[in-house]
Amino acid sequence: MTNVGIVIVSHSAKVAEGAADMVRQMVGNSVRVAHTGGNSEGGLGTDVAAIMAAIDHAWSDAGVAILVDLGGAETNSEMAIEMLGADRRDRVVMCNAPIVEGAVIAATEASGGSPLDLVKRAAEELSPEA
Amino acid sequence: MDQALQKRLIEAVASTVIAHAEELTNLDSAIGDGDHGLNMKRGFTEVMADVDGLAAKPLPDALRAIGTKLVMKIGGASGPLYGTLFLTLGKELADPPTPSDAARAFGVAVAAVMARGKSEPGQKTMLDVLAPTQAELAAGGDDLLARLKSRAAASAAATVPMRAIRGRASFLGERSIGHMDPGARSSWLMIEAVCDVLGD
Repeated sequence: MTNVGIVIVSHSAKVAEGAADMVRQMVGNSVRVAHTGGNSEGGLGTDVAAIMAAIDHAWSDAGVAILVDLGGAETNSEMAIEMLGADRRDRVVMCNAPIVEGAVIAATEASGGSPLDLVKRAAEELSPEA
Repeated sequence: MDQALQKRLIEAVASTVIAHAEELTNLDSAIGDGDHGLNMKRGFTEVMADVDGLAAKPLPDALRAIGTKLVMKIGGASGPLYGTLFLTLGKELADPPTPSDAARAFGVAVAAVMARGKSEPGQKTMLDVLAPTQAELAAGGDDLLARLKSRAAASAAATVPMRAIRGRASFLGERSIGHMDPGARSSWLMIEAVCDVLGD
């Protein structure tokens, strides 16, 4: 896969799954999309190991853009990125954008073959402070 | 470090956190998402399950292993924050540590938690206990363990009138005032547990 991949990280498995469904409806199979939600016991929360697995699943040599919901999802995603190998770490970015809208816009941008920085920027244009 | 002492320290920290899980959850229910106690209990139960293995490792390796377990198991924002604290202590502490080593390593670890949480003291977080306790440790001098305990306790109490600026509690704005920060409480508990064992 040469298009940037998308990872969706929510506290809720249902939110993550639903957001991924919306992304796939927009871009079909042209972009790898992975999602994860919930802690290691299946409750609300996020799981570093599961985030690392999702990055692996969505992996593209063009990189991976991550969309998150609340604080812990962001902190755990940053931790997951740091724990990746040095060869991958620099090609994974977090987008400061609303999780659902950001994922759809980022994936749409990625489906046109845009590089990682443009995918991130497209998603972040949704955030007033970005 | 002496293996028996290392085991007592790990057990004391883990069992104290586990024993206070309900209190931490109640504090977090007041101003956050109510999962701090349960999340911390899950992480430290994992630590407790491997206490003999952890006690047998050199101190830096044990601290790093604890950090990794917390990152992988806690699942909330506290996982990467406490995970970063322990991982950094593991990277920075000499074995066995002198008091001045400990103060320096703890300082680096607190700075790492600040960077991870994009936060600083004064925002009603665990840093409001960790940072002043580190300052007390760095000051050194007589009766240090007792001073560390009372500084941690007073610092945790000082989070009650603060307004949260970071984390889920910040969504509440003014309504976050009047409750102790659960992360401050868990940090205080751990510091107290360590000081009690070292003072024995």
